[in-house]
Amino acid sequence: MKVRAQFAFVFNLDKCIGCHTCSVTCKNVWTNRKGVEYVWFNNVESKPGIGYPKQWEDQDIWRGGWEVKNGKLQLKSGSRLDRLLNIFANPDMPEIDDYYEPFTFDYAHLLKAPLSEAAPTARPVSQITGEKMEKIHWGPNWEDDLAGEFESRARDSNMRNLEKDIYRQFEHTFHMYLPRICNHCINPACVAACPSGSIYKREEDGIVLVDQDKCRGWRMCISSCPYKKVFYNWESGKAEKCIGCYPRVESGMPTVCSESCVGRIRYNGIMLYDADKIEQLAATPNEQDLYQAQLDLFLDPNDPVVIEQARKDGVPEDWLEAARKSPIWKMAVEWKIAFPMHPEFRTLPMVWYVPPLSPVQSHLDQGALPTSPDSVIPPVENLRMPVKYLANLLTAGKEAPIVDALKRMIAMRAYQRSVHVEGTPDTRALQETGMSVDMALEMYRYLAIANYEDRFVVPTGHQEITLEDFYGHQGQNGFTFGNDSSPGISPNSLFPERRKETVEERDPVPSAD
Amino acid sequence: MDLHLIVFGVYPYLALATFLLGSWIRFDNEQYTWKSDSSQLLSKKGMRFASNVFHIGMLGIFFGHLIGLLTPHSVFQALGISDMAHQNLAMYAGGAFGFMVILGGTLLWLRRLTNPRVRAASRWMDINILGWLVGTAIVGFATIFWSMGHAAKGDPTVMLRLAEWAQSIVTLQPNPDLLRGVDWIYKLHIFLGLSVFLFFPFTRLVHIWSAPIGYLFRAYQIVRAKRTA
Repeated sequence: MKVRAQFAFVFNLDKCIGCHTCSVTCKNVWTNRKGVEYVWFNNVESKPGIGYPKQWEDQDIWRGGWEVKNGKLQLKSGSRLDRLLNIFANPDMPEIDDYYEPFTFDYAHLLKAPLSEAAPTARPVSQITGEKMEKIHWGPNWEDDLAGEFESRARDSNMRNLEKDIYRQFEHTFHMYLPRICNHCINPACVAACPSGSIYKREEDGIVLVDQDKCRGWRMCISSCPYKKVFYNWESGKAEKCIGCYPRVESGMPTVCSESCVGRIRYNGIMLYDADKIEQLAATPNEQDLYQAQLDLFLDPNDPVVIEQARKDGVPEDWLEAARKSPIWKMAVEWKIAFPMHPEFRTLPMVWYVPPLSPVQSHLDQGALPTSPDSVIPPVENLRMPVKYLANLLTAGKEAPIVDALKRMIAMRAYQRSVHVEGTPDTRALQETGMSVDMALEMYRYLAIANYEDRFVVPTGHQEITLEDFYGHQGQNGFTFGNDSSPGISPNSLFPERRKETVEERDPVPSAD
Repeated sequence: MDLHLIVFGVYPYLALATFLLGSWIRFDNEQYTWKSDSSQLLSKKGMRFASNVFHIGMLGIFFGHLIGLLTPHSVFQALGISDMAHQNLAMYAGGAFGFMVILGGTLLWLRRLTNPRVRAASRWMDINILGWLVGTAIVGFATIFWSMGHAAKGDPTVMLRLAEWAQSIVTLQPNPDLLRGVDWIYKLHIFLGLSVFLFFPFTRLVHIWSAPIGYLFRAYQIVRAKRTA
C-alpha cells in the first residue's frame, strides 16, 4: 500500500442552474489571453448535446483515454512507438473549428460610425486573423438550453442505445447541465501521452500540471485526454490546462470556479488512495466494473492501518484530518450518490458528479406521474431524464448504482418534505432505501444547505516541508525572476547559476526538542 | 583572403559555432520558447501528407548527408562500397528524399502563406526558414543533374572532394582549396545549407534537438513533488 492524497471535486448536478458563473470566473482569471481565447478550462454544457469541443465524448473520433489490450493498459491512440511515428502530424488532433473560432466584436465602430438612418452594428471579428467574420457558426456554448435541432444534439454519445425518436418529441424532451473542468485523473492519459514528459501529477495533491518550460508542443496530450481538457495555445505553441487553481488550493482556498458557484454545487476535498493499485484497477476487464474499481482504490481515512501508512508516506497530519472530513468521501463512498464521469475512459477521474433529479413538478401537478408512498415524490424510474442516459454518462451504462443514488436523494427529499410541509416526519421512503434519519439529515445539510465549510475542506500546502529554509523563502514567494515555471532541466549550464531564488543556502536551524 | 576562403573556410565555423552555442544559450535561458510551434490546431487539412513527407524527407536528407559526407573514404572501401556505388546512392537516395522535402515543404510553405489563420499566427522567421529549407533542397536537387554528368563519365572525384572538404571542416583542418574548381551549383548548395545551421538557434528548428526518443523507454505516469528551493 502506498497512500497518496488527492485534491478532488464533487459537482452536484441536481442544483446546477447553468448560469456559467464558474466558466466566466475561470476565464477571467486564467485564460483571458491571446492564444487561449477559445480555451475554457471550465465550461458548462447543455446535455444532451455534442459539447465542447464537438463530440468530445466519442472516442471513435479522438481515440482519447485508455484501452485494455491483451490484458494490459495502453493508450487508445496506440503504443508509444505508434505515437512517435505520428508526431509530425497527430491524426487525432482536433482543429480550432471543433472548439470554435474565437471572436470579438468591432465595438469601436458603434462609436465611430457616421450619423445614419439605421443603427450601426458591431460586426464579429476573428481573434485569430483579426478579419471580420461573415457569420459566427459555433461558439463555446452553442447548444445552450437545447438550442439547435434535435438531430445535432442526438449525436451525443450518451444517447447511444436510447430510443432517440421518443426524445425527439417535445413532450419527452429532457435536459441537464454538465459543468466540466480537468478531472485531475489518477491515471491521466495526457501525462502518459506526452512525448517530452512535461505533464505531471503533483505528488502532494494530485493536481495535474503542464511544465511550460518543458513542453515542446508535440500535442499528443490534446487528443489523448478523453475529456478534451488539455488545450493548445496557438500563440505560445504550448499545452495548457486547468491548473486546479493550485495557488489558491495551496493557501487552503477552494478553486475559483468552486468558490464563485452561486448554486453552491461544488465541493472540494481530499481523498486518500492506494497508488500501488492504480494500474491493476484501471485495467479492470469489464468497463461497467470501473466505477466500483475506483471506489476500491480509495482508502478509508478512518482506518488506523491507512493512517499509519499515510504518515509513513509523508501525508501531513492536517491532510489526514481533512480527508476524514472530506465532503467527497461522504458523497462518493459513504452515501454513494456521486459518480465519476465516463469511467470507461479508464483515467480514474477525480471530479465526481451527483446525478440530477430532473424537474417534474408541473408533470406531477397534472397527475401524469405515479408517485411513491407519500403520494408526492415520483419513483425514480418515472423521472423525465432517462436513467440510461445518466448511466451512459456516469457508470459506463450500468443503471443500478444510478437508480440507487437517485432513490436516496428522493428519499431524503420526501423525508424533509414530511417534516417541513406535513409537520409529521414520515420515514417510509427512508426505510425503503435503507437510510437512517441521521444520514438523511446529514445529506440534507450537505446537499441542500451546503455551508461553505462543509463544501470546502481544503488543507493548506506545506511549504515548510518542501523548503529547507522557509524563513529565507519569506518575502520572495510569488516573486518571479523570469522563466520560472520550472527550475529548468539542464544541469550543465553555460552560465553561472541565475539567482532565481533569493533563498540563501544554509543548514536549517536545529530543532528545539 | 578571398571570398572563397571566407565562405568555405571561415563561414562553416561561424555557422556551426552559432548553431551549438546559440542552441545552448537558448535552451539555458529561454526554454519557454523551445518548441515545435505546430500550427496543426489552426488548420489540419492536408497536414498529414505534407508534414509527414516533409519531415521524413528531411530526416533522410540529414542522415544521408551526415553519413555520406562524414564517413571516411577508407571505411567505404573497407565495406566494399565503390565510389561509383556511393555516387549513385547519393544521387538516388538524395534525389528521393530531396524530392520529398521539396514536395512537402512547398505544400507547407504555401499553406503557411495562403491559409489566413496559419498566416496570421506565423512569425516572420517561420515563413523565412521554411522557404530557405525548400530553396536549399531545390538547389540540392539541381546538383543531381551535374552529378549525373559526372556519373556518366564514371568520375566520382567531385563527390569525393566534397566529402573530403566536409571532413576537413569537422576535423578542424579546414581545406577550402578542395572546393576550388567545383561547379557553382554545389557551392551555392553548401552556402545555403551552412546558413541553415547559422539560422537554426533563432528558429523553431530547435525542436529537432528535443526529438523525444526517450518516450519509448519511459513509464507512462510521471509524478513530481512541488519544487524545493
